[in-house]
Amino acid sequence: MGITQGILSSAFEAAENAGAERITEIRISVGEMTEVVEFALQFAFESLTPGTMAEGATLTVTQIPARSHCNSCGADYGHDRFQMVCPVCESLDVNLLQGRELRIDSIEAQDADEVAAAADGPAAEE
Amino acid sequence: MATIDVSKPILDRNEKLAAENRARFDASGVFVLDLMASPGAGKTSTILATIAALRDRYGIAVIEGDIASKVDAEKVKAHGIPAVQINTGGACHLESDMIKRAVDALPLDELDLIIVENVGNLVCPTEFYLGEHAKVMILSVPEGHDKPYKYPGIFQISEAVILNKVDTMPVFDFDEAEFDSVVRSLNPAAPIFRIAATKGQGIDGWAEWLAQRIEQVRAAAGKEPR
Repeated sequence: MGITQGILSSAFEAAENAGAERITEIRISVGEMTEVVEFALQFAFESLTPGTMAEGATLTVTQIPARSHCNSCGADYGHDRFQMVCPVCESLDVNLLQGRELRIDSIEAQDADEVAAAADGPAAEE
Repeated sequence: MATIDVSKPILDRNEKLAAENRARFDASGVFVLDLMASPGAGKTSTILATIAALRDRYGIAVIEGDIASKVDAEKVKAHGIPAVQINTGGACHLESDMIKRAVDALPLDELDLIIVENVGNLVCPTEFYLGEHAKVMILSVPEGHDKPYKYPGIFQISEAVILNKVDTMPVFDFDEAEFDSVVRSLNPAAPIFRIAATKGQGIDGWAEWLAQRIEQVRAAAGKEPR
């Protein structure tokens, strides 16, 4: 819920700065090593958006797989969230390269004219 | 008008405030620890044992995070240590604005260590940076050795893992070797401290690790070693 509030407040701010009236899509990236569950995000999103400028918007989640770098043998490797040890030399001296992302990438927004056009003829909407 | 590029962290506001908190802690040479565990793992007992080990050497304060009540802050205050209670009113974790307000109520210039007792939860606190220098988690023996499989995130974000209530090991079917090996694969660099907080057992190693970290932050702020 806190995460979804973070997504919405960033999206609202970006949309308002751009002079938009309505948000139709929000795109985020979520690393595999975070505790964020897409199902819970979507549920919170559906609960929090009604009555806001993002009512009816789609939340698109891109999962970022976990990758690490081994400081002993220099290997870069992908892994699941439970196993960070280097698969090449079994070193424990490793750094996570990606997988802890919690990032809002972009939004699709409409200005006042587009909102009015969409209201006049929903069929014309993309 | 189509696509608007945003490209920023989802928890942007929290992280900016946390960075402000951190700058304040660094300038004052105060090491801040975010202590996380499930309810009943012994966070408050570990804090009291840590205070007993380090209070002669360092100025210590505690920020207590709970959904409700001020029971924990009262326990700490009873030992003559400044404590601020944060009630999250239902929220399952602390956020950096709560820490900012709590720190305003503490005598930062007299302190070397602030221990933040996060809300009892093995999931949500992992994603929220508060401005702390280190997150550390406690698992207690009765919770079982399989917890790293179920809650990998908290074991990975923690710089050290405390295994509490080791005096109850004979009663519970806790597989120490398996626990060590899973924690190691999740977080190769983290030391595991075995303690029994209410008995004062094993506190020395943990307190020494903490003292080293405190000294680093003190030195960076130009304070003399203690």
